[in-house]
Amino acid sequence: MRYSAFAILKNALRGNRDWTPAWRKPEPRSNYDVIIIGGGGHGLSTAFYLASVHGITNVAVIEKGYLGSGNVGRNTTIVRSNYRLSANSAFYEKSMDLWRELSQTLNYNVMFSPRGVLNLAHTPGQMDTHAERGNQMRLMGVRSELLDRDQVARLNPGLDVSGSARFPVHGGLLQPDAGNARHDAVAWGYARAADQLGVDILENTEVVGFLKEGDKIVGVETMRHGERGEIRARKTGVAVAGNTGRVMKMAGVDKLPIESTVLQAFVSESVKPIIPTVTTFGAGHLYVSQSDKGGLVFGGNIDYYNSYAQRGNLPVWEEVTSELIAMFPNFARLRLLRSWGGIMDMSMDGSPIITTGPLPGMYLNAGWCYGGFKATPASGWCFAHTIANDKPHAFNEAFTLDRFKQGNPIDELGAGPTPWYH
Amino acid sequence: MRLTCPYCGSRDHQEFTYRGDATAVRPALNNTSIDDHNAYIFDRSNPDGVHQELWNHTSGCRTHLVVERNTVTHEVLSCKPVGPFARKLK
Ligand SMILES: Cc1cc2nc3c(=O)[nH]c(=O)nc-3n(C[C@H](O)[C@H](O)[C@H](O)COP(=O)(O)OP(=O)(O)OC[C@H]3O[C@@H](n4cnc5c(N)ncnc54)[C@H](O)[C@@H]3O)c2cc1C
Ligand SMILES: [Zn+2]
Repeated sequence: MRYSAFAILKNALRGNRDWTPAWRKPEPRSNYDVIIIGGGGHGLSTAFYLASVHGITNVAVIEKGYLGSGNVGRNTTIVRSNYRLSANSAFYEKSMDLWRELSQTLNYNVMFSPRGVLNLAHTPGQMDTHAERGNQMRLMGVRSELLDRDQVARLNPGLDVSGSARFPVHGGLLQPDAGNARHDAVAWGYARAADQLGVDILENTEVVGFLKEGDKIVGVETMRHGERGEIRARKTGVAVAGNTGRVMKMAGVDKLPIESTVLQAFVSESVKPIIPTVTTFGAGHLYVSQSDKGGLVFGGNIDYYNSYAQRGNLPVWEEVTSELIAMFPNFARLRLLRSWGGIMDMSMDGSPIITTGPLPGMYLNAGWCYGGFKATPASGWCFAHTIANDKPHAFNEAFTLDRFKQGNPIDELGAGPTPWYH
Repeated sequence: MRLTCPYCGSRDHQEFTYRGDATAVRPALNNTSIDDHNAYIFDRSNPDGVHQELWNHTSGCRTHLVVERNTVTHEVLSCKPVGPFARKLK
């Protein structure tokens, strides 16, 4: 069923009895052309672009939980492309192009809201760095604006820009075309659109092993409703984000340039509109925006130790909330509604991996750190291209697994091989 | 999460600086294999379960410790001093 204003009206007149589920719940077939492991944003978008761009529709997406149970439903929904290195910049700008059309492409409202991302600066030196980054963005064709303190104050009236703030605001860098999108809708929209093109989405089906012929991956072993099964495919793509280490070990790949850590996020009770842009603190690490329901959605650093637990520790709460209150003192009286954690696949240079291999018949999509939500459209688009053609697209040819050994890491922060600093 | 420093006792993990996987060992100086150095710097086993990792008690005695910790439950199994200068425990 196509979603439209007319469909809403028609169904309302019939008492809303005719709505159908957004995607089927098919039984697995024994054989597919392509299996994608992981029904997060990246797995679902890969399946959608395999079907819509490359005409490969005999595809299964295998998800161990329900759709949206992973990071795609846990992130703080920030979508931006304010990068410095050209490989990242071109890739994330491709994603922005896809974001702008996404609701139309999927016939599903993903509530993409380009409200602007504002990075604050608290020292003159930081203003220089922002000017440099803004210029690099412009060189790559990405709009950016350097704002002084008064412009920041006009844009963000709730912000403490007084000289007596703990970290006085000097100005900021704005990417006006960046913003937020509704994360669940992105998962559901891709799932529904892929399903309509014939993709089987197999929820509550866990991959517990790989089928191999020699070194070659020829399918997966699954656990579904307590029963073991086998599904074969010519090509198997892995897009399991924080679970990459776990899943790749099953295939015999014991080590990767990735470590898993937990990132926490927080949402406050709802208030009237108060933060118009996504705003980030420059004297620490905090990003905050306001959801359409009115809650303030915010997060900061990862809990820096390795973790596969989808929950973190209290020091991050203290750090993050104190930074929020340093920026917006009046938020001190708000109460937190919820907090949660997701497992991050932190790569050794902070940049992703979208590649063929590392085993024959296998394709890997991983290393998203905290930035993979904004990548969802371009990641799926590039991964689908890589799977269909057995070679990367120009947009992801730098995101290889062997770039570390080649001496070509893409280290946006210059933090070195310390995943917990990226 | 709390770590029990052998010198300072049970302390909040915030007093410590995380230094990552303790099983990654620098190849010998005369080892010229790119693969070995690459593996040391970049490749991690990233286990779900027991992980051997380095922590420095930065806000305490500044000793480097090897901590055995479960990455799924955050349970800390052991904390031991490490390196040639690890002071003898009384
Ligand atoms: C708190 C938090 C805040 C974030 N904020 C932002 C942000 O503001 N902006 C941004 O761009 N990014 C952000 N991110 C990062 C972003 O959410 C992730 O990088 C991205 O969602 C990862 O890709 P995915 O959607 O495919 O992952 P997931 O949704 O995690 O998908 C992976 C799926 O694989 C499944 N899976 C795992 N193992 C198996 C198995 N053995 N068999 C079958 N299925 C399996 C999992 O159940 C999961 O559903 C944030 C992340 C977190 C946790
Ligand atoms: Zn100590």
